[in-house]
Order: sequence, then C-alpha cells, then structure tokens
Amino acid sequence: MSAAPASRDVVVTGLGATTPLGGDAPSTWAAALAGESGARTLDNDWAEKYGLPVTFAATLKVTPDQVLSRPETKRMDPSTQYAMVAAREAWQDAGAPEVDGERLGAVVSSGIGGIWTTLDGWDTLKERGARRMLPMTVPMLMPNSPAAYVSLEFGAKAGAHALVSACASGAEAIGYGLDMIRAGRADVVVCGGTEATIHPMPIAAFAASRTLSLRNDDPQRASRPYDVDRDGFVIGEGAAVVVLESAEHAAARGARVYAKIAGVGLSADAYHITSPDPEGTGQVSAMRRALQDAGVTSHDVVHVNAHATSTKVGDLTETASIRTLMGGEADHVRLSATKSMTGHLLGGAGALETLFTVKAVSERLAPPTINVDNPDPELQVPLVRGSAEKLPDGDIVALNNSFGFGGHNVALVVASA
Amino acid sequence: MAYTSQEILEGLAEIVAEETGLPTDAVATEKSFTDDLDIDSLSMMTIVTHAEDKFSVRIPDDEVKNLTTVGDAVKYIEGAQGA
Repeated sequence: MSAAPASRDVVVTGLGATTPLGGDAPSTWAAALAGESGARTLDNDWAEKYGLPVTFAATLKVTPDQVLSRPETKRMDPSTQYAMVAAREAWQDAGAPEVDGERLGAVVSSGIGGIWTTLDGWDTLKERGARRMLPMTVPMLMPNSPAAYVSLEFGAKAGAHALVSACASGAEAIGYGLDMIRAGRADVVVCGGTEATIHPMPIAAFAASRTLSLRNDDPQRASRPYDVDRDGFVIGEGAAVVVLESAEHAAARGARVYAKIAGVGLSADAYHITSPDPEGTGQVSAMRRALQDAGVTSHDVVHVNAHATSTKVGDLTETASIRTLMGGEADHVRLSATKSMTGHLLGGAGALETLFTVKAVSERLAPPTINVDNPDPELQVPLVRGSAEKLPDGDIVALNNSFGFGGHNVALVVASA
Repeated sequence: MAYTSQEILEGLAEIVAEETGLPTDAVATEKSFTDDLDIDSLSMMTIVTHAEDKFSVRIPDDEVKNLTTVGDAVKYIEGAQGA
C-alpha cells in the first residue's frame, strides 16, 4: 500500500473513555474483548410515571460524580462531565504532552447537547419562575460546551470546535482534528464525542420514532446487530476522546503511538431525514473517499467497526455498501459491531468506535459482536461473533463507519503505526 | 422565623462551598467574594439565586454589586428578611 507523505501523518497517542462497559479506556476495551453487555434495567420510576415503552439503557459503569469535584458536576451538563472524564484520561495517557497552546486544538462533539440542563431549566421555569433560573444554564446547555471546557482544561487555543452530525458526530470530530493537523493549524488535537441522554424525554422521543429495542425483559440481549431478531437500538451514554498528534511532534517527544488516523471520508445522503439511502450511495462514497484520502485500497482493509445499531434496515444497508465498495475483498474483512455491547452512544458512538478500531489495530484483535444467535442471511461481510479474533501481523488498515440521522456519513481509516 | 446572622453565615458558606469547592470555613465574614474567594460574576449570581431560595429573600441585581464581602451579604440578607 502507498503511505501518505510522512510530514502529513497523524498518529493517536492518547485514549480516554467513560462508557457503559467501564470508567476508563482500558476497562472498556477489556470488557469489549470479553463480550460483556453494558445494558441494564433503569432503576427509576420513569416507565410507570410517563408510560415509557422502554425500561432499560446502557448507562455509565462509573458515574462522573465519583471522579469529578462537586463544583464541576454542578457547573457542567452531564454531557460535558463525561467528556471531561475521557479527555483527562486521554491527556494523561498521552503523557500530558508539552505543547504551545496556540498549536493545541479541542474538537469534542455531542449529537444532542446539554439536554439535561435544557429540560431541568424548563422544569425550573415552569415550577418556580424566572428568578430561580440558574445563571450557568446557558453555558451548560450549549452544544459546544464539552469542546469549550476541554479547551479551557488544557489551554487549547488553536481552536475549539463542536461538529454536529447526530450519531456521526464523534467520528466527524476526529476527522476534523485530523484535518486541523494536516492543514498545519495544530500539532496536537484532543478530539472525540460525548452524549448524556438517558432522560425520559429523549427516550420517549426515540421510542416514538420506533428505533429503540423493546426487549425490556432481557436488556443485555437487546442490542443484537445482524441477528435476525434485532428490533432496534439500545440507547447508551458516555464519551470517548483521543489525542491526535502530528507524527513529527509525537516522534520528537518520544511519545508512545497506538496507530495512525490515515484518512477521513465524508458524505451526505440527501435522501431522507432519518432513513439511510437504501442504495447506500452516500455510505460507499464516504468509505471510498476515506480510503483514497489514506492512499490505500479495499485490499488493505482487514477490519471494519460497523456503525450497525441493531435496526432492521440500517445494519444490512451498511454491509451491502461495504460489499459494493470492496467486492470480493470484503471476504477477508473481519466486521465487528461493538454497539452490541456498548449500546448506542449517539454523539459519543463514532469516537468510542474509533477508539476501539485504534485498539483493534494496535493489539491485532477484532472485538466480538454479541447476541448474534441467528445471523441475518442477508449479511454480506464476515462477522466476528462470540469472541475476539486475531487480526493479521504486518501493515494493516481498518475502517470505522459512523452514520447519523440527517444522512451524515463518516468513515475513518486507522492504520498500524 | 428570621435567621440569625450566624445562621445566615453558615448557610451562605455552604452555598459558596458547593459552588466553588472551597471549604466552608474559608467563607469568613471579612472575605471579599472576588478578591479572596475568586468568585466570578456568573458564580456570584448563582450564589445569589441559591441564597434567595434558602433564606426566602429577594436580592435585586442592583444590590449585588454592593455585596463586596461575605459580611456585606450576611447583613443584607438579615435586613431583607420579612421585607
């Protein structure tokens, strides 16, 4: 395969996460390799009180109040809190790089934003009037709040950005970080995605769109991408953050490198506000552009972390797109659908799945897809089921796909360092 | 029933501690909100909102700028009770 010029190479030097599988990146990855589920029955009275048809979700394993200070949890929306937990871990994992603030960027996305703060504020207004509205409400609810707080935390002055593309947001943030470094606007970028929507209103809203699994009696078996009995996604929460760095900068400070982010491909379906284009044209374009951007071909791809949310239509559209793009080369791809374990982190999903793809490439292990008792006969790419599978030695390339309501398609190419 | 100045100081200290992470005993009468306790305007308004709620008083925005020290706030709240 032909590599991009060395001066443009961008590497991953730090990983951080807080997810339904674990309070940090190592425990999340270990649980994913072990095939654990982060879904559980909600321990509140929402279902009874509001008639919610869904009574479970993939909630955080370690809540941020166990990690952050009390003033932090009061000043930040949960979506920002999760991002801060993940960002601090990623920064430490990268060795807290010494970098001029003018050369440091922060790109942290949320698909939905500070919805807890928004809804709490509305409750306060209705019940107690305008005089009781907390002054921090606006900076807490704004969707750029996670990016802004991460920028404040590390003194990132090259730019703080929050790209919003629903469930593709976290991947798009990493793609934007890649572009910032390639364009010479930054040497290091802290980037990722976060979401905190385990609140009865968004659950009711997603349920109303008929996209959530209703398997209330068996939460851990509910997220089952590619299984014939899949009935929708499991709403999840959490954040994942990676530290991207120019290969030159990382080498100069002797940083440990996990993998390269070698390319990004973006497209829009312009087809329907929620349904993917059944022809998969946009998905194929995103993946093709990502491979071209990375200077690799389908032949080089050994692993794909699928967007695969466990919906009837979406899962199959994606594998058909992979087959369209790769043809016979798709036979040697190992496909993983990690939402089977994590649930769907919405704006955090693309970042978490990029983190998984980075770990898969660096450790040569494709994580399993759980709950696939009966694979859909229309599944067109070899799936990693049951337990993790070894990936080849040597130079390898993997793809992470992330797609969002609105027809947003993002593909990222992760290459071995 | 009116709060005593000591009760107001203690209650205010709890509110400030929640907002800033400072220990409650750092919130002493002579301390300046801005110079000693490093409280910015948004935090000050948050503290005011909680104090109004806790002590059932009204602290108009025009008065907040006159509350330089913790003691000023205690005195204002004490006087505003039952107003």
